[in-house]
Amino acid sequence: MSAVRLQLEDVRKSFGQTEVLDGVSLHVQEGEFVSILGPSGAGKSTIFRLLTGAERADGGAIHMNGAPLEGRNRNMAFMPQRDALMPWRSILDNVTLGLEVQGMTRKAARAKVTPLLAEFGLAGFENHYPAQLSGGMRQRAALLRTVVQERNMLLLDEPFGALDALTRTSMQRWLEVMWKRHRWTALLITHDVREAVFLSDRIYVLSARPARVLHEFHVPLPRPRDGSARGLQEASAIEAAVLDTLLIREQAGGPHS
Amino acid sequence: MSEKASFMARTGPAALAIAGLLLAWQLYADLSGISATTLPSPTRVAQQAWIQRQALFDNAVPTVRATVLGFGCSLTTAFLLSILMDFSRPLRRALFPVFIVSQTLPLVAIAPLVVLWFGFGLVPKIMLVALVTFFPMLVALVQGYEATEKEIVQLLHSMGASRWRTFWLARLPSALPFFFAGLRISITYAVVGAIFAEYAGAAKGLGIYILNAKNNFRPDLVLAAVGVSATLTLVLFGITVLVQRLAMPWLRFEQEPSR
Repeated sequence: MSAVRLQLEDVRKSFGQTEVLDGVSLHVQEGEFVSILGPSGAGKSTIFRLLTGAERADGGAIHMNGAPLEGRNRNMAFMPQRDALMPWRSILDNVTLGLEVQGMTRKAARAKVTPLLAEFGLAGFENHYPAQLSGGMRQRAALLRTVVQERNMLLLDEPFGALDALTRTSMQRWLEVMWKRHRWTALLITHDVREAVFLSDRIYVLSARPARVLHEFHVPLPRPRDGSARGLQEASAIEAAVLDTLLIREQAGGPHS
Repeated sequence: MSEKASFMARTGPAALAIAGLLLAWQLYADLSGISATTLPSPTRVAQQAWIQRQALFDNAVPTVRATVLGFGCSLTTAFLLSILMDFSRPLRRALFPVFIVSQTLPLVAIAPLVVLWFGFGLVPKIMLVALVTFFPMLVALVQGYEATEKEIVQLLHSMGASRWRTFWLARLPSALPFFFAGLRISITYAVVGAIFAEYAGAAKGLGIYILNAKNNFRPDLVLAAVGVSATLTLVLFGITVLVQRLAMPWLRFEQEPSR
């Protein structure tokens, strides 16, 4: 059994009168890919804002490697919705951004990133501007910018939400391959059930606001999940179960949800 | 080849429109029998401008100097203040209304007063040019900082970047398109501001040249000076466009305007 990297216990958060998180508890183990799945506006992004330190929790505890999570340096690499690439920086300079903020010289950061460009399908594009790249390439650049920071954890906030369906599927497959190779500890926010099942080891399903964990699903599918017939069948069974949890609870949530 | 064709397609209609207006003006001046001291024809304006080229040039120089210096002052002040205001909300609340009020002052009334206080030299011109261009530049910068993509700010925060680092890495570059939009507007105000300041009192300059020509019943020379000032404005405008291309090389890859 590997060590617990991130642990949230009974975390609560309200914005004024609006209760957003109503005691969320979850954990992520080292080298594990975990997804948080929930309806829109359930407070998934709020969890990330607490983790990156943009907001403070009203109650509960957040631990990273057993120690309380606090301060400016959270040792987490965050990948926002949409790619958030800076249009005025070349791809290379976008990818080195996190390293530069950490205090690395531009030269050292470039030397560190350059050998990784090929693996991320960006070789030959390092001097291009983001506007010159396709949506999929931009997301790969954003992911490279995230992982190259070598933090304890990746926080992926609906990273493929802005892509067209075909590109999204191919990016999901690519990410699965990459994850298998590197074994990043990753926490993914999504409202795409198929994406969550395809990528994750475990899935937490959140209720509508105020969010609680409704159910925890294990996804014991073999990797790589290349879409073989047997894997597909099991995957759809899990997808159906997840959807049931989401939809039935949503109806039970009644007219005010 | 095709680039040349598209350039013609873009500039052709404008050139035709201007040529048409000039032609209509010429025909009216020639055929209606109107006196040249009321409405001189464009060819007469051009001819007189050529004869007076030395005087026009000598008077354009101080106008350009006042414009550039005044604009430089206003740009520097606007930039420094915009940074202070971006970092301090109270300062912003304190100063913004003052600047808005400064924009409501009619230039016609202010220009003679500034000349009265500071004399006929360069200083009042610089001040008046700064007065008319400062506010648009400040608003452009402050708005530009605000337009920084939230995700980029959140990303930098997650990387542990300080407020100042975030400003330097994200907010300042995000303001560039706004900055240049403001620059293009202000630079056209700047020339007008300088001429107005000279009109209110100066030893030399296009403004005083126009005033003298008008008093001597020489509308042809007034129009010649107007032509010079319009050319100046266009040249300065062109320079800002050029500088923007150099400063924002990624712009030509962005097909649609940013969100």
